This record gives sequence, structure tokens and C-alpha cells, in this order.
Amino acid sequence: MSDTIEVDGKQLAVDEEGYLANLNDWVPGVANVMAEQDNLELTDEHWDIINFLREYYEEYQIAPAVRVLTKAVGKKLGKEKGNSKYLYSLFPYGPAKQACRFAGLPKPTGCV
Amino acid sequence: MSEVVKKFMYLNRKAPYGTIYAWEALEVVLIGAAFDQDVSVVFIDDGVYQLTKGQDTKGIGMKNFSPTYRTLGDYEVKKIYVDRASLEARGLSQDDLVEVAWEDFETEEEIDNIVEVIDSARVSELMNESDVIFSF
Amino acid sequence: MSILHTVNKSPFERNALDSCLKFATDGSALLLFEDGIYAALKGTSVESPMSDAVGRLKVYVLGPDLKARGFAEDRIVEGISVVDYAGFVDLAAESDKVQAWL
Repeated sequence: MSDTIEVDGKQLAVDEEGYLANLNDWVPGVANVMAEQDNLELTDEHWDIINFLREYYEEYQIAPAVRVLTKAVGKKLGKEKGNSKYLYSLFPYGPAKQACRFAGLPKPTGCV
Repeated sequence: MSEVVKKFMYLNRKAPYGTIYAWEALEVVLIGAAFDQDVSVVFIDDGVYQLTKGQDTKGIGMKNFSPTYRTLGDYEVKKIYVDRASLEARGLSQDDLVEVAWEDFETEEEIDNIVEVIDSARVSELMNESDVIFSF
Repeated sequence: MSILHTVNKSPFERNALDSCLKFATDGSALLLFEDGIYAALKGTSVESPMSDAVGRLKVYVLGPDLKARGFAEDRIVEGISVVDYAGFVDLAAESDKVQAWL
């Protein structure tokens, strides 16, 4: 029995932790539906991180660990955003884990 | 977190894709970065094939993890060594290998490419100097 | 009796290629695939036995495995032909039997 989420009228498979089973299924609506489940409203700041993660994955084929994400965000989006306090304020369940889930990526390597 | 910094060497001897060793090793390096140790990643024998440029796995239906090596600099790996003799026996040179950049975000010190081709004797020395060797 | 020999192990790690070249008789076919493709590359320490093999065997290399490992067709030893999966199947079908050097 596998779980699914409904996005734009389609059923998309997710794993037991809620991560998208198939990377290629991702559409922006996935993030909106998942955010709603987590009682979170996505702002432009959230989307900056989600898009950043997708670009990172596209380039390196892995989801970055949180410390790597923090450093890389600081470099790309500005030093004031490159700290875990800022990222946790956006993604209270953990920037790497929650934001990666919204972005349709697998759970970051090194996260338990 | 332990305050004693140890020298960790990850020793890679297998070609990618034919067996799972190369990918497993890479995952262990990425996870191990959380331990804040002094890490070097060494490629000898068929391990040098892991770093070849231009890998494209679409035709064999496997994940292409070659781009992931380029992120090692972000994961606190400051040194990547490749055995020259292993390259030469395989008709390869440094030009055939990917480049891995490294940057210290605090000091903004940058190194364009931390992949260094070294002699076998130097590989032996580095093995002797390591506190721990993880072999794949 | 035609035999298609296949080698899927690196010549630098195993002796599958050595054995294959020792026992394959003139005119038979040899297909290199998976890690076996490394034997097809120019400038390696096994280039000399491979060049000899090309003179007496029909030698093929599997293109998708070559590409996956980052090598273009201009890197392979002269006389070796690149085939795709369909070509692999054709070779097997044309041969009386297949000997896989594991």
C-alpha cells in the first residue's frame, strides 16, 4: 500500500515519510499541497529556497545537507539568509528535510 | 562532537556503475562530513575512473552520480588525490578528470580545483599519516 | 561453430579479458560491455593485446556503457566497432553460442 497526494487533480505517489516517490512528478503545486498539510503558507522567501534546492539538485544530483545548504544559500541569496535561524523560521520542520520534501527531492544524504 | 580532529582517508579502488562501491563510498564521505574531521579522498587503481568528465548514464538507466563529486568541496573535503601511475596505465591524464572547487565561506579563500595528481610514493605516505582509512 | 565472447569486467581488476583472449579462436566475436569497456580505450596498458585481438577477432564495444563512463567513440582502439543494445542482441542471435567471461 503506497500513499499518494493529490496535486492538480492527479494522484502522486509519496514514500512513508511524505517525500515524492518520483522526482519527475514534481510541479509547483506539490509544494503548495505539502505546505498546506504542514499548515504553512508559502511566501516568495520560501520559494527562493525551494527553487534553490531544485537547482542544486539539478547541478549536483544530491539534496544538500543542512550545513551545506546554509553556506550555499548565504553565498547565493545573501549572507543574512545564510544561517539556520533564518531557514528554520521559514521551514520549522527543518530546512533540509521540509524544504527538500516541498521541492520534490529525496531526503538529504546524511539526515536521519 | 569530538574535539580531536583525526585524519580520515577514503580510499577508492573501484570503477563506477559496474559495482555499487563507488556510490556507497561517495555517500559515506558526504555523511562523514558531519564529523568535522580532516578528510582526504584518494583515487587509485580503477577508482580513477570515478572522476572522468562527461559521464552520461541515460543509455544504461542508472543514476549519474558524477556531478556529485563536484560538491565535495562544499562538504569539507579539502583534498582529493589521484594516483598518477593508475591514470597512466589507463591512458588518462588530469585533463580527463572533473574539477572540484573549494571555498572557505568565512575567509573567502578559494581553490579552483582541489583534485591533485600525485605519485604512488606520496599516496603511501598519506596512507601512513592517516588515522583511519576507509577502503572501498 | 561461431562463439560470441563477452567480457564485462575491468581488465585492470580481473583476468577475464586475459583468459578470453587466450581461449578465443580466430574469427570469433568479442563484445566488451559494462566495466569491460575500459579495455577498448586507447593508450592503456592493455592496448597492445587489444590491438592484436582486433587483428584476429571481431571486437565490439557497447556504446551506452562507453558513454556512461565518460568516453567518446574517438577514444577507442582502431578496429573496434561500437554497437548499441540492439546490436548486442543481433550479435548474440547470429552466434551459435555465447561465452560470458564473468
